[in-house]
Amino acid sequence: MTETDIPTAYVRDRRTTGETPEQLRARIPGWGADLDPADRPSNPKLQYAPDSTGAHWDFPERQPERWPRERSIEHAFVTPVFGTAQPPKGLSGAIRKLAYARYSEGRLAHWMLLVLADRIDAWEEHLHSFATTRPDNPVTETGVKAEFTHHGLSSRKGRVDVRHQVLDPVIVAGPWLAAAGVATVGARRLVRAVRR
Amino acid sequence: MVYRGPYKVRVEEKDIPAIEHPNDAIVRVALAAICGSDLHLYHGMMPDTRIGHTFGHEFIGVVEQVGSSVQNLQVGDRVMVPFNIFCGSCWFCARGLYSNCHNVNPNATAVGGIYGYSHTTGGYDGGQAEYVRVPFADVGPAKIPDWMSDEDAVLLTDATATGYFGAQLGDIAEGDTVVVFGAGPVGLVAAQSSWLMGAGRVIVVDHLDYRLEKARDFAHAETLNFAEFDDVVVELKKQTDYLGADVAIECVGAEADGNLMQHVAGAKLKLQGGSPVALNWAIDGVRKGGTISVMGAYGPIPNAVKFGDALNKGLTLRMNQAPVKRQWPRLFEHVKNGYLKPSEIVTHRFPLEHIAEAYHVFSSKLDGCIKPLILPSAA
Repeated sequence: MTETDIPTAYVRDRRTTGETPEQLRARIPGWGADLDPADRPSNPKLQYAPDSTGAHWDFPERQPERWPRERSIEHAFVTPVFGTAQPPKGLSGAIRKLAYARYSEGRLAHWMLLVLADRIDAWEEHLHSFATTRPDNPVTETGVKAEFTHHGLSSRKGRVDVRHQVLDPVIVAGPWLAAAGVATVGARRLVRAVRR
Repeated sequence: MVYRGPYKVRVEEKDIPAIEHPNDAIVRVALAAICGSDLHLYHGMMPDTRIGHTFGHEFIGVVEQVGSSVQNLQVGDRVMVPFNIFCGSCWFCARGLYSNCHNVNPNATAVGGIYGYSHTTGGYDGGQAEYVRVPFADVGPAKIPDWMSDEDAVLLTDATATGYFGAQLGDIAEGDTVVVFGAGPVGLVAAQSSWLMGAGRVIVVDHLDYRLEKARDFAHAETLNFAEFDDVVVELKKQTDYLGADVAIECVGAEADGNLMQHVAGAKLKLQGGSPVALNWAIDGVRKGGTISVMGAYGPIPNAVKFGDALNKGLTLRMNQAPVKRQWPRLFEHVKNGYLKPSEIVTHRFPLEHIAEAYHVFSSKLDGCIKPLILPSAA
């Protein structure tokens, strides 16, 4: 390697030259329109302008709390406005309430309890759906039909993510198959017990 | 639409949302989109995503009803709604950090309010629906300018604003080499926006050829398919004269490919808050003293991030959820001038009734999908 071949990282100044601003301006629509870092919308990061937001209150009026709303213990109180979708219920709801009441956002236990509650919630709702006129259907709800209408096979040709996409059906169908297995074994044992 | 557990969604009838606060509005959704970050919910990666939750934080619509204290909107107004829910008056909003509002999310202090993005972001149902409750109607939504198309407007509610914000957080100086990880909607806009801020070179990294082709055509960028190299970081070093890029913009987030173990641990087994492969490549691929801007979304559970190298290289790491409304005045100019063309990244349009297929196509990246839009039946 001669001295002139030594890459930029090892010497004082850049050795490679790119396109000039004129060349870039000719090639890229709007090149340099926001060149000045001080004239970009998020500069400075903290921009005190409370009169520009549209808010006509200092502290907003409080939304009525129709049930004891779960909240992070890092908050001083339930925020004045909050979502009211899917109130906690059942075992999953009890776990969620515990996660919020006992652990701050800084504790892994807070998040792991919420993840556990999510999985229990799914099974509570799946089971509940079988008592309705619209039971869960993992075939229609996964949209797997699109494999046939949107080039499922050819779209995946040569892609590196295919290696882990094979796990997706296992993640979706696995718990259903396991639940079916448990139900079958349980039913058999029940029948045997009744026959005795 | 409603979530029915990991990888499962369906359409259900729900009550039309009601006014719950004097500054609420009810918006009839005209057009919505699925965001790449919705896939983290869809795959069951975000804690406290409840069964029955309606996703969707990118939507536009028509004001159907307003609360008693609403002054800036009227019934019938055509509005675009930023994905952030924010009060406009807390310590953070008063300083422009709209995505960090402290008055809208009782469930967490680390993140503000987001439509249809689990209870971790406040428990608000989202806009992949016919109607949606929009809190702080005087603060968040804006009337859509007459000259703006619906598809441009819906993309300005998140993807375009986030991509543009990502380039800003990179603190790009004239002539900088910028590497963008991810050629999805946010990455494509980040690449385009890097040019507006004076980049000298823009390199986009992904593994999907159809998206890299879009990065070349739409964003005028050079591209690297990481699947073609044994080690994409080494290739980046070679291509930047062994310096590394001046700026890296990470637009991939929690479901990054490129390392099977990291992906399976993060995205499939949920043992960490997502797969940080792209973030680690950004740390490795940027030059010493460089800047990393993180736009990819991650969950609140810890990740295996190479923080030691970030320290040793003297990197500046900048990140946030985009404060969308703060970007809009400038973005409106750029769209009007033709410098940014958000709707050109739309590849698919699905009726709401086909939501399960829409999620499957987008999640599995079938049929050249980059950005799917959702058309509600009431629109």
